[in-house]
Amino acid sequence: MGAVPFYRDPKLRGLLLQAVLCAAIGLLAYGAVHNAAENLARANIASGFGFLNVTAGFDISQNLIDYSPQASTYGRAFLVGLLNTLLVAGIGIVFATILGFTIGIARLSKNFLAERLATGYVELIRNVPLLLQLLFWYNAVLKALPEMAASIVLPGGFILNNRGLFTPRPLFADGGQIVAVLGGAVVAAVLFNVATARVERLQRAIVVRIAAIVVIIVGIPVAAFLAGGAPFAFEYPEIGRFNVRGGSEVLPEFVALLLGLSIYTAAFIAEVVRAGLKSVSPGQTEAAQALGLRRMQTLRLIVIPQAMRVIIPPLTNQYLNLTKNSSLAVAIGYPDLVQIAGTVLNISGQAVEVVVITMAVYLSFSLITSLVMNIYNARYALVER
Amino acid sequence: MKQKAQALFAAAMAFMAAGSAGAATLDTVKQRGVLNCGVSGQLPGFSLPDAQGNWTGLDVDYCRAIAAALFNDATKVKFVALTARDRFTALQTGDIDALVRNSTWTLSRDTQLGLNATGVNYYDGQGFMVRKSLKVNSALELNDAAVCVQQGTTTELNLADYFRANRMRLKSVIFATLDETLKAYETGRCDSFTTDASQLYSTRLKLTKPDDHVVLPEIISKEPLGPFVRHGDDQWFDIVKWVHFAMLNAEELNVNQKNLEEQMKSDNPEIKRLLGTEGNFGEQLGLTKDWVHRIVKLVGNYGEVFERNVGQGSPLKIARGLNALWNKGGVQYAPPIR
Repeated sequence: MGAVPFYRDPKLRGLLLQAVLCAAIGLLAYGAVHNAAENLARANIASGFGFLNVTAGFDISQNLIDYSPQASTYGRAFLVGLLNTLLVAGIGIVFATILGFTIGIARLSKNFLAERLATGYVELIRNVPLLLQLLFWYNAVLKALPEMAASIVLPGGFILNNRGLFTPRPLFADGGQIVAVLGGAVVAAVLFNVATARVERLQRAIVVRIAAIVVIIVGIPVAAFLAGGAPFAFEYPEIGRFNVRGGSEVLPEFVALLLGLSIYTAAFIAEVVRAGLKSVSPGQTEAAQALGLRRMQTLRLIVIPQAMRVIIPPLTNQYLNLTKNSSLAVAIGYPDLVQIAGTVLNISGQAVEVVVITMAVYLSFSLITSLVMNIYNARYALVER
Repeated sequence: MKQKAQALFAAAMAFMAAGSAGAATLDTVKQRGVLNCGVSGQLPGFSLPDAQGNWTGLDVDYCRAIAAALFNDATKVKFVALTARDRFTALQTGDIDALVRNSTWTLSRDTQLGLNATGVNYYDGQGFMVRKSLKVNSALELNDAAVCVQQGTTTELNLADYFRANRMRLKSVIFATLDETLKAYETGRCDSFTTDASQLYSTRLKLTKPDDHVVLPEIISKEPLGPFVRHGDDQWFDIVKWVHFAMLNAEELNVNQKNLEEQMKSDNPEIKRLLGTEGNFGEQLGLTKDWVHRIVKLVGNYGEVFERNVGQGSPLKIARGLNALWNKGGVQYAPPIR
């Protein structure tokens, strides 16, 4: 028996092939980047990220942080867009989850009407393109609301018209908001830890969790109130000649996008939930009922925890989809990251850089969401020995 | 199959395509036999396809004039409809040979974007449209107004600048396409719609009740609109530039579609040089002697093109104003052909 020639050694051959493939991909990537850079230089197109420090000069309709066209930079504009995307995606995920779980459970309901309605919802929503749904909701929202002149004034100083919902805005001392939110978050985190530490020992922990949520919802505003030097002043919105002045506003574009994204994604989540619930053996339910648990208890304590193992990975996909789909906002005038990036691209002309930034941001969003969901999944997954 | 794979590869590397575009555009276009011309496709009067797919408009006629000079056939144009956001990228990457999409000539577009503006085929300025029922007489009364604006245009910047300069508060709502912007304005989402004045007139016709809306008198910016080409090909730059000047000179020398054959016999040396009966000016450009003859015959002179598309011969009825020739009170002025 002579020595085996190297190309017949499967291990070596595999390594060799991989090395060649890696080299080829590397070369291709290098070629692409090099070629692009050369072409940009030859066409005298400016490149680099220096433009991020240039004053933006354009207006943005919704900004969660201070932004002004004359003082803020392109970099800041990107940040505003990023936060707007996060806002709509974050709230959208919460809504879509609640709605999706409800519909998913309803699809398995023994109640004929609930089951049919849920099925109809899923089939209707998931088979119509999202962009059309967004345009529909935008026009529905705009058409349903009254014009400026016929604004609805709600009790408590709220004003509603087709420019948005305007609410009174509490006036804080400087920095009060930040302190309040941070404080609230710390309290909530501590309570949440207490709750989860006990979860295995005590069923009662569910009560503690609810308490934690209540603290988050009620505690933060109260803390904010106190941290702001307990002001009793609110800035009330007033109807001006064209628009409502003062107060905080919720844009109709935001509402339409939120509705569209939540409702669309909920249809997919419902199917994920249904699949998850179906995956739990009926024996589990029978056993639980034999032990005397009521139907809701069975669902909450026996079925859902087991179903979550099946639900979480595809649920993560839906969260990612929702975040990425929020980039359709540009069609209905919501200033999300893609819309602002588009404006920056057009004014600055730095196409490659702007697209790279936008892609990097979405990639990071997706990876972070995946990470969080993986951690959550690890806690729910079967412990294997 | 192999071709398909190649096409896919080409698409994936779209941003590298500029490499091939650096070469002589004239040769590329001649070889292809058709001019790829970037237009808006949404603007009555400037570029809009009708139900049969026939394109009409001022910008469209400029694309046709270039094709006429090159091929003696004004139909050898492929019109590429582009959004304001994508137009320059399409030109940079070589997807189109020329961009005639009511685009404003600015310094940064000449420098940072690596483009050359070849002239001004329409002197425009940004204006505002409002509902008559608002009883607004001046743009200066628009403090606090919500303004609908299309993304990716100089209009966004002008708008912010104007409101700031006049210490007014602005609420802008930005959309990707002109149609969406207009629809939002019509629904009442905004008090005002702003864009270049020419577009205000042309989009007003798209509204259900054009008479309920009025264009305010203020023009808040200079918007010299014209064709663009890429940096790096001076010959092509010259051709696109001189097609425009030829149309202006033709109007100035009273050479039009009706009297073209008569003028061919003219003794006027300027007309002789223009129409190629004397000298070889077309050949110097890399075209033929009769290049202007082709343009005028197949498309018309500047005045004809203007009146037919946006002027008195069109529903827009825009007055010549700044776009009249320099000797008739406007600023359209072409260097001489000699």
